[in-house]
Amino acid sequence: MNIAQFIGSINPVAASGAILALIGLWGVLTRPNLFKIAVAFSIMETGVNLLILSVGYIRGRTAPILDSAADAAAAVQKMTDPVPQALVLTAIVIGLAVTALMLSYAVRLRAAGGASSIESYGDEKW
Amino acid sequence: MMRKILVALALAGFAWAFLPLVFEAGVIGEPGQLASSYLENSPKDFAAANVVTAIVVSYRGFDTLGEVAVLFAATAGVGSLLTKKRLGIAGEKIPMQNATEVLRTATRLLTGLLIMFGAYIFMHGHLTPGGGFQGGVVIATAVLLSLLSSPESHVAHGLMTAVESLSGASYVGLGLLGAFLAWGFLDPRALPLGRIGALLSAGAIPFIYSAIGLKVGAELSGILEALKGDRE
Repeated sequence: MNIAQFIGSINPVAASGAILALIGLWGVLTRPNLFKIAVAFSIMETGVNLLILSVGYIRGRTAPILDSAADAAAAVQKMTDPVPQALVLTAIVIGLAVTALMLSYAVRLRAAGGASSIESYGDEKW
Repeated sequence: MMRKILVALALAGFAWAFLPLVFEAGVIGEPGQLASSYLENSPKDFAAANVVTAIVVSYRGFDTLGEVAVLFAATAGVGSLLTKKRLGIAGEKIPMQNATEVLRTATRLLTGLLIMFGAYIFMHGHLTPGGGFQGGVVIATAVLLSLLSSPESHVAHGLMTAVESLSGASYVGLGLLGAFLAWGFLDPRALPLGRIGALLSAGAIPFIYSAIGLKVGAELSGILEALKGDRE
């Protein structure tokens, strides 16, 4: 297998999703700053969403919306899998709510006179 | 040192788990049985052009109702965590920098357009790749712009609460309509289905998605207002 074939066999959406998920995981595990942990969670979430989306993608097919390119009769032959897309739509909204809550806890901890480093709150972080 | 090794091990493990996905995701030739039946039946069942919307609002409508409830709980949590009293600055005046002329003019120009665009997105959720959540977020960006351009201002709290509770109640009401007039809770066939591709088609789906859009817009505006940190 030569290099061009190897690169061609990589799913670009899944590859970028995996890279983002790993960057986010690294951030969550190593950064001490609470706000940076929230940012890392957002990055990881984006990566996981891309991974889920890539699972439902089928090469050469269109988005699951009926129009002139794919009418109701040809839908099953011409469209990608709509289920992961619906799940990711839910995941994005819940992720937004979780990020907002994380940030407000961080703001509260700062306002109560605490530090922004998680290491100053006892043994919550290893 | 131990910690660095453990982090590296965790990352390597996850990378190993992702590796098959990177090479094999999306190489299937056919969608699975469930996905195929959704693709085949959603135009027949609900006359919805957008299959993803049909799944989110009707096949998995209960899931979406729960999602809206989670968003509401998060908004309530953010709102109660970030009051001036809880932040220990009750009665103090927070110094705010005035916005520049450019931002203020652009905001006046864009606010109406953004709200209109958001309403367009959530009304056409059953026809185009849009929907209630996306439209609600666009409406919230209009609120964010106006909060940035006049930092002293507040979102009309009573209006937002009214919009949020009315749209939430109408969501559940449309769902109950499905239970009485059609085959079950949140069944959009309670209203006439119409022709695929028309604005007034797919039964209750455009109405449910409009209610979701208004609710999400109001809730996200509430979160933005709370994050400004000067709520009494």
